[in-house]
Amino acid sequence: MAALSRAEAGERDPARPVTIDLHDVGVRALNAEVHAPSASSYEVLNPQGAHSIAAGIHDEIDVHVRGHAGYFCAGMNQRGHVVVDGSVGTGVAENMMSGSVRVRGDASQSAGATGRGGLLVVGGSASMRCGISMKGIDIVVGGSVGPMSAFMAQAGRLVVCGDAGDGLGDSVYEARLYVRGSVGALGADCVEKPLRDEHRAELAELLAAAGLDHDPGEFRRYGSARGLYHFTSEHTGSY
Amino acid sequence: MQDPSQRGLRESATFDRASIAAIQHAARTGVYDIRGWGAKRAVPHFDDLLFLGASMSRYPLEGYRERCDTDVVLGDRHATRPLHLDVPVTIAGMSFGALSAQAKEALGRGASEVGTSTTTGDGGMTDEERGESKTLVYQLLPSRYGMNPDHLRAADAIEVVLGQGAKPGGGGMLLGQKISERVAEMRTLPAGIDQRSACRHPDWTGPDDLAIKIGELREITDWEKPVYVKVGATRTYYDVKLAVAAGADVVVVDGMQGGTAATQEVFIEHVGIPILAAIPQAVAALQELGMHRRVQLVVSGGIRTGADVAKALALGADAVAIGTAALIALGDNDPQYAAEYEAMGSAAGYYDDFQDGRDPAGITTQDPELSARLDPVEGGRRVANYLRVLTMEAQTLARACGKAHVQHLEPEDLVALTIEAAAMARVPLAGTDWIPGRGF
Repeated sequence: MAALSRAEAGERDPARPVTIDLHDVGVRALNAEVHAPSASSYEVLNPQGAHSIAAGIHDEIDVHVRGHAGYFCAGMNQRGHVVVDGSVGTGVAENMMSGSVRVRGDASQSAGATGRGGLLVVGGSASMRCGISMKGIDIVVGGSVGPMSAFMAQAGRLVVCGDAGDGLGDSVYEARLYVRGSVGALGADCVEKPLRDEHRAELAELLAAAGLDHDPGEFRRYGSARGLYHFTSEHTGSY
Repeated sequence: MQDPSQRGLRESATFDRASIAAIQHAARTGVYDIRGWGAKRAVPHFDDLLFLGASMSRYPLEGYRERCDTDVVLGDRHATRPLHLDVPVTIAGMSFGALSAQAKEALGRGASEVGTSTTTGDGGMTDEERGESKTLVYQLLPSRYGMNPDHLRAADAIEVVLGQGAKPGGGGMLLGQKISERVAEMRTLPAGIDQRSACRHPDWTGPDDLAIKIGELREITDWEKPVYVKVGATRTYYDVKLAVAAGADVVVVDGMQGGTAATQEVFIEHVGIPILAAIPQAVAALQELGMHRRVQLVVSGGIRTGADVAKALALGADAVAIGTAALIALGDNDPQYAAEYEAMGSAAGYYDDFQDGRDPAGITTQDPELSARLDPVEGGRRVANYLRVLTMEAQTLARACGKAHVQHLEPEDLVALTIEAAAMARVPLAGTDWIPGRGF
């Protein structure tokens, strides 16, 4: 279980955050600073949808983005704790390794794509392909996710508190998927599975980490039927 | 038994023995043929071009006395640390998983010895590979298997792979017998499954998104690393233009002869175009954008000799990449394994079952005993020898054309032996001024 940001956990950084105003400097300067941080906490003002904000962090720092971010916000994050007070574009926290990313608003396509660790929380809804090819990341979405979410998801956990669009878990490997609301047509080789005590327990942990208080018993679990793990022409109709 | 043709029997040109065997295999097993290597069919290639050596109208350079340089800089468009290679022959992307760790290490050793680069593959970067490769290009593939920002930062360049010549439009494939525990762990997959890689990137779609993706990679690596974009040769003219527009520092074009570790036979033989047809398209696109030599062009797919290298450079490439040839240099298809190839139903010189993990040369396998047959030090020496021969052959031809640098070779130095090659390479048919498609 990825830890909450210190700020999220209620801890206050003893020092005031360093403010970086993207009205004054570009994303390149912002990222150069957070890649070799001289402080433990940053506040980013006027993001205005810029791409690649706080991408490539590899230290345990807090970054608070005050507004909307574009593509690949917090991409490949390692150890950092990023909060976005707004919505984000495509590929938020793509290939995240560790740490946490919390989006107060909505997320566009491919949120958490290929993530290998850490926790991504989307307070609103996430568009299509949320959790595509996820490889160990935990993703909690307060709202709904679009079609083809968790496509080819290999490992990790996706929790959807709203509904999931068509094609959920298409060609999923070993990732575990939890949905509280309705699910469209399941993707190839994705099936509903029993929700046992250990699943309710891990759901409770994930929901708590995301600051949500849903009853884990309201969720249904989905995963791989493991029927496509080996090639055979009899599967032609499944692909 | 007397050869059937000696008895007056007639083999069908349409249903030849390979076609008959393929039908029989499909009927027997219910699965299509998956194999390694690249296209085996005959296609117009560099053999169909000839150099016009110097004589009365051109001055040649003296071999072994007058310099003919071979160095090349890749990726100086945006990156603060472009690559400086001593020779214009690089090692193409091949994964750990497809290849043994020993093979990857040997490729790194060989490339480093002659001052060129090697490339990771669909499966991440191994310590052996990074440790032995002075200059290592790290691939970003649709699967993102093993993708790690630490490795991104440890690499010398980044190659965004959209496709490869053996299967443009297709994703990677690694069959269960090669998904060892180590490979499975690196790829976050269950051991022993038949791995299917995605054919499209998970977090961007189309050239406009690619520009943003490349921007992210630059941001993560602080704008130090050159970013390559690799495409399989198909609509090369348009693909190169779009890659440049997306911000590529280097464009890599892989022709249909380019190899693969495992792909459907039907894909290998029927999708993509020969590298000979692709290079002039790529060069034309770069020239129209005013970016020829500013965005470097690396080409691959069927490079075997220094003549192939020289011809690719003469057509406008900045460097070439080798894959299959490098494996052969390591010992692939070596006659010393003839009995073992025969036992598997293949033969030395024909072996292409890279997908099944039983390579007696220890190259395309994850079997510990087979892999141990390949000594990375000796393999590296063989690769280095081969790279030097390629370079010296290219220099020989360049000097004969009066060039003090292999990159000074130009289309004007070439003629074609066939109308097809003349049309594709956009050089005159030998003995004429005729370039098909350009009138008389």
